[in-house]
Amino acid sequence: MRKILIAAAAVMLTAGASLFSASAADKLKVGFIYLGPIGDLGWTYQHELARQALVKEFGDKIETTYLENVSEGPDSERSIEQLVRAGNKLIFTTSFGYMEPTLKVAKKYPNVHFEHATGYKRDKNMSTYSGRFYEGRYIQGIIAAKMSKSGVLGYIGSFPIPEVISGINATILGAQTINPNIKVKIIWANSWFDPGKEADAAKALLDQGADVIMQHTDSPAAMQIASERGKLAFGQDSEMIKFGPKAQLTSIMDNWAPYYIDRVKAELDGKWASEDTWGGLKSKLVVMAPYTNMPDDVKKLAEDTQAAITDGKLFPFKCPILGQDGKEVECKGGDHLADGQVLGMNFYVKGIDDKIPGK
Amino acid sequence: MQLVLEKRAERSNTIALVSPLIAIGLTIVTMSILFAILKKNPISALGVYFIDPLTDSYSLQEIAVKATPLVMIAIGLSLCYLANAWNIGAEGQFLVGAVAGSWLAVKTQGTDAGHWVLPAMLLLGAAAGALYALIPAICKVRFGASEILTSLMLVYVADLFLDYLVRGPWRDPAGFNFPTTAEFDPVATVPVLIEGGRLHLGAIIALVVVAAATVLLGRTIKGFEIRVVGAAPRAARFGGFNSKQLVLLTFAISGALAGLAGIIEVAGPVGHLQPGVSPGYGFTAIIVAFLGRLNPIGILIAGLFLALTFIGGEQAQIAMKIPLDVTKVFQGILLFYVLACDSLILYRFRLIFPSRQVSRGAG
Amino acid sequence: MELAEAIILSVLAASTPLLIAATGELVTERSGVLNLGVEGMMIVGAACGFGGAWLTGSTIIGALCGIFAGTLLSLAFAAMTLGLAVNQVATGLALTILGIGLSGLIGAGFVGERITPAPHLHIPFVTDIPLVGRILFGEDGFVYLSLALVIAVWLFLYRTRAGLVLRACGDNHISAHALGYPVLRIRMFAVMFGGACAGLAGAYLPLAYTPFFIPGMTAGRGWIALALVVFSSWRPGRLVIGAYLFGAVTILQLHAQGAGLGIPSQFMSALPYLATVIVLVLISRARTGGSTAPAALGTVFVPDR
Repeated sequence: MRKILIAAAAVMLTAGASLFSASAADKLKVGFIYLGPIGDLGWTYQHELARQALVKEFGDKIETTYLENVSEGPDSERSIEQLVRAGNKLIFTTSFGYMEPTLKVAKKYPNVHFEHATGYKRDKNMSTYSGRFYEGRYIQGIIAAKMSKSGVLGYIGSFPIPEVISGINATILGAQTINPNIKVKIIWANSWFDPGKEADAAKALLDQGADVIMQHTDSPAAMQIASERGKLAFGQDSEMIKFGPKAQLTSIMDNWAPYYIDRVKAELDGKWASEDTWGGLKSKLVVMAPYTNMPDDVKKLAEDTQAAITDGKLFPFKCPILGQDGKEVECKGGDHLADGQVLGMNFYVKGIDDKIPGK
Repeated sequence: MQLVLEKRAERSNTIALVSPLIAIGLTIVTMSILFAILKKNPISALGVYFIDPLTDSYSLQEIAVKATPLVMIAIGLSLCYLANAWNIGAEGQFLVGAVAGSWLAVKTQGTDAGHWVLPAMLLLGAAAGALYALIPAICKVRFGASEILTSLMLVYVADLFLDYLVRGPWRDPAGFNFPTTAEFDPVATVPVLIEGGRLHLGAIIALVVVAAATVLLGRTIKGFEIRVVGAAPRAARFGGFNSKQLVLLTFAISGALAGLAGIIEVAGPVGHLQPGVSPGYGFTAIIVAFLGRLNPIGILIAGLFLALTFIGGEQAQIAMKIPLDVTKVFQGILLFYVLACDSLILYRFRLIFPSRQVSRGAG
Repeated sequence: MELAEAIILSVLAASTPLLIAATGELVTERSGVLNLGVEGMMIVGAACGFGGAWLTGSTIIGALCGIFAGTLLSLAFAAMTLGLAVNQVATGLALTILGIGLSGLIGAGFVGERITPAPHLHIPFVTDIPLVGRILFGEDGFVYLSLALVIAVWLFLYRTRAGLVLRACGDNHISAHALGYPVLRIRMFAVMFGGACAGLAGAYLPLAYTPFFIPGMTAGRGWIALALVVFSSWRPGRLVIGAYLFGAVTILQLHAQGAGLGIPSQFMSALPYLATVIVLVLISRARTGGSTAPAALGTVFVPDR
């Protein structure tokens, strides 16, 4: 019996191996590591859409594989390595927590190229990429201040990391250009994705007087609650208008497709090199969903602001920036904060009456 | 006519030998049906799950890496379960051990500490795990509170405590506020055994634990006491075995092993402390303990087998786009079948026909 | 005090799935069976409940699908633990893992869809009474159902003969069997009831709470329900208090954040679990020589002939 099994296994293996080698010669294999399920309607969903765009763009020249629900612990290193061993030559790891594992695998396989999202460590064969989501937040802040009757915004944060903190700050800075006394209430969900908690947080914020909800979490739960209560909200990562047709003002959409297409093309042309990409509205890495449910003058203001940022005429973190203590923050980028300062931002600007957890 | 279950006079040894095979066979059949429903070729799927990971050294190493914490924790759990003490909180003890050992790593970070750091971390991890496990044990022994529920509740507390530490006081100052400690120094890292792979010292430690447990259970008085207290409590009382002391002892050992597994995992494959450092090892280890029939060698085999299914499941995702949920279904079904088949060791079925008013012993 | 009213409404909604699942498990445990598979049954209930509602457009059919799914899974548990005398702890855990996996497979096709959330009661005039109107008369069907369920269970356990017999099975199955009661059959029904409730509780989440399905949306509520049963000392009345207390802690923690109070959120989140441990110890001390749990809870019973 055992001999039959081994023979069968051998047959299967050679068959499988020949299948692999035949295709490896022709196609570029591109792999993706996803944090959540592709159906999360948020962060992972957007990466998946970009992957599908790749398939559409390059057709037969590439073969893509993805692993979803890969937790950021020790298993992720194995998942990345398994993609490498399956023949993938360009691998996208789509969450901060994969940084160390990606680095380790990258050191092991110098001929494979890695793209790590939202991280800060690179190598000869490992790039990083992320989006200037804070540009979109600034615009949202302006819209929110205009549309809010109570002057109180509600913010559902995931974790107090710089990306989220800079988003909150950008929102307030934008809002303060319309209403210098704008207030914001912040609740931390301690998760990127927890619909139940996000719904509860949205309810709590609304109950406490906020009438515009913004989120840095991934599910449409908050939009749903806002919609139920006739309030307004901003979507996150992807279009959430289907959950709040009368509630969504706009959404910051992660548009990874152009970047992915760029990188695959470079790989196919043999011109791939390690880079650090931090694109915003200008490079279309960040796209705003259509402006809805607002009067025309607000829409125009939003569009004008978006154009100004895109053209490089307006910087959300234009100096002087005042910290919570009222003192000016050192301005290392000329007339606006340097990228490094935004990437490592761990302070609130003046106007936010709260403390960053863990400080 | 009724089908009833009745206790056998004696354990059936044939069934004991054969039942794992029957269980695996049934599982394979059920999984094949599932694959067919999902429109995947059952034979290739089974091949990717079970055979492919055995074919190259990388996967074999990964199986060992994954199995190491599972086997360590499961051995400890088996001691508890044999003594009829139900430790469900191994996950929490794992985390507490990881936290305690990491404390030393964080404290000595960047200093020129010597090679005593790693052994000290391991000891700390084991000690912390043991202490954490003693909480539900003491609650049971002194207050009669159900250890199943207390140990389970403490898992959540441990998880939240780890979360708090990593997001606050222990956060890597150079880490842009991300919730992780800095990478551990080399003296605080578990050494790798084979260059290029991830197989580490923890695997050797796990094997030592298996050997120790085999000796403990098979050849020592304490081991005998543990087994008797669980299997025949009244006989144990007559024999003067102190069941309360055994509960405390087994929980402490189990907690120590879980805590040790925790710090080894953090100081080894992961390299730093972060939330989500355990993908449910503490709970999976419970399955391993039962699959291994609470026997050290059995647990070693079961741990390797279950690790094989994890690795195979990931490869199936890549090679055949089979969703990861299938691995969970497989593990659940396997456990069901193993438990069911195993029950036939102690019990058997009988058909009872209704007897017509025959006055038995009417005398 | 509009804020108070709003908080109470949120707490009611958050506590309802806990209450329903815990009520079912309470009956199961009262009959002497410990079913740790609540989380698995809940999440399968969520997947099937959403699927049913999405396919037919009806909340009620969705709820029935959830109930059916939970009951089916509980039958597997019953077959193992009652039919084959398998260890209850192991089986319950296997059930949880199986349930999580199954729900992922079943629900995969539904991710991204949305349904209309369950309608809320609205009686003209009455619902609009300030303060109490919406709390008492403006909830969705599940909230009222959960309270009715608890009352029904209380009546059953303490005011009917069948309930007395069920409790006897949990306290001393050997005597119950000697008296001629079909212990295994009673337990089976108790387990099925627990499964039905867990399925319904799970279905509540996508049907009324957040009207879409996401894998893993139960987020550990099944385990909290288990804690609740113990916290309540296996008494339905205290179960209600416990469920609302747990729900309140969850909601208040968020409100505290929004209001700028600086309590670490992890501490607040840990409170329910710590509280349960303390309560367990306290109630076990109160009775000398053991806890007030059903004495035969979790033990295997094979009737001898």
